[in-house]
Amino acid sequence: MESLLDYGVFFLTMTGIYAILALGLNLQWGFTGQFNIGVAGFFAVGAYTSAIFTTPETASHLGGFDLPFPVGIAAAMLASGLIAVLVGWGTMRLRTDYLAIATIGIAEIIRHVLKNEDWLTNGVRGIPGISRPVESEAGLLAVVLAFVALVYLLIERARKSPWGRVLRAIRENENAVMASGKDVSYFRLQAFVVGSAIMGLGGALFAHFNGFVSPEAFGPLYGTFLIWVALIAGGSGNNKGALFGTLVIWILWSGSEILTSRLPVEYVTQAGALRVLLIGIVLQVILLYRPEGLLPEERPKLGKPGED
Amino acid sequence: MIVIDNVSKHFSGIRAVDGCSFRIAKGRITGLIGPNGAGKTTLFNIVAGFIRADTGRVLLEGKDVTGQPPHRLFHRGLVRTFQIPQEFSRMTLIENLMVVPAGQSGERLLATWLRPGRVAAEERRVREKAEEVIDFLQLGHVARELAGNLSGGQKKLLELGRTMMTDAKVVLLDEPGAGVNRTLLAKLCESIRRLNEERGYTFCIIEHDMDVITRLCDPVVVMAQGRVLTEGSMNHVRSNEAVLDAYFGGGAAARGDDTP
Repeated sequence: MESLLDYGVFFLTMTGIYAILALGLNLQWGFTGQFNIGVAGFFAVGAYTSAIFTTPETASHLGGFDLPFPVGIAAAMLASGLIAVLVGWGTMRLRTDYLAIATIGIAEIIRHVLKNEDWLTNGVRGIPGISRPVESEAGLLAVVLAFVALVYLLIERARKSPWGRVLRAIRENENAVMASGKDVSYFRLQAFVVGSAIMGLGGALFAHFNGFVSPEAFGPLYGTFLIWVALIAGGSGNNKGALFGTLVIWILWSGSEILTSRLPVEYVTQAGALRVLLIGIVLQVILLYRPEGLLPEERPKLGKPGED
Repeated sequence: MIVIDNVSKHFSGIRAVDGCSFRIAKGRITGLIGPNGAGKTTLFNIVAGFIRADTGRVLLEGKDVTGQPPHRLFHRGLVRTFQIPQEFSRMTLIENLMVVPAGQSGERLLATWLRPGRVAAEERRVREKAEEVIDFLQLGHVARELAGNLSGGQKKLLELGRTMMTDAKVVLLDEPGAGVNRTLLAKLCESIRRLNEERGYTFCIIEHDMDVITRLCDPVVVMAQGRVLTEGSMNHVRSNEAVLDAYFGGGAAARGDDTP
């Protein structure tokens, strides 16, 4: 019973971290229509930045600077945001699949840098001993959920604001937004940077939860694919959908892991591939029967003047 | 108001606009006509900053604005509509209009978090303005419909509505009448005339429907093959040999293509 509870806490913490990543992606894809399939890159930069800032000094990688947890979080968001400024500026003219290819390339470059620049990241050996802000598992869950709530509220407010309206308009038709006097490039850059900074936050929380980061964790499957599936399944454009989709996909993903881990050893590897297939099939079914996701984008409630 | 001075634009060998010059006079409704492929829309795109001219200049109220991006020109009072309506499909009609007003403080992310009261107050004003425009265009019954679900004619009115959400000085309309039924078209012309008379908007209208041009426009500029063929009143233009040749049907084929 106790182990089940422990598992529940572990599960919800992971879900919370991925929910933050999905909210960041929703800002980029769901609101603005930016096809970023390099989520893993910004996720990784956040995780490593916080790890480097908060671990004690060592010869095996840059720093560590032994700074407190909040500084690590802030630095992670800043670092991911800064990378996003560079990437966003460099890819300013790219749309749809072109942006997708560019971002996937950037995520891979980041992963290879993490793998090979030993002085910075300790290479494939990774960075161990990342401290937690609170000792207990439940306490950490509370911290993660508090961040989920904060990000959700801020992003939801932004979605309903004129700022979010311009982003959704950009998703629908850039020419008309230009004709409406908005600086489309500037808004697109903002969405990209803010979304990426949120992914950096998710990365930092992941680092502190896991206690260890290595390039392995930020491959395309865990770093990008699952987050995209969660958002699409949940309902892109809808922040509640991003949260709900993450929960559904993590239930499937962890649930199938519990099942496959009971198989004889020789089948476990194949079963891993089957899990990815299962997620793919679930996504197909959702797209066929609920093309806009489980919770489609909400239409804003606009009453008569003076109401609300 | 606007001076188009010797503007040219080539697309991989095709001379879309070829040394075109004319003026859009303040307070007037200028018609821009010509056969398909005459370069009218390309010229609009250049004037509104959507594409860059190879050569030539565009002056807006005496200032050289050549090559400025659309959002800058918008803030100088230049607004355009599109030949094919460019609505935000998955947003409501009223939201489509509420995007337009400039300088909304809620367009700054920090303000939406830190100054919610101010943002909400401005938002109410923007919504009231949008309601006004919707009433003016008699679209009240579809104000909360997704713009993608509107009819072709309603989308055309939405395009016009956008130009009314800002203090435009000069409005470029690209075929506002195309695909609009007669009743709605009369309403559209009426709206344009009222905006011109009551709010002092300057218009330049590309249109193939000679009815619309005759009813609204003076002067009329005729373009063919990227150049200005002639300009003047509709009567003057109609009697011009070259225009008859190029546009009103020097041959049966031309008549079949372009007379409405």
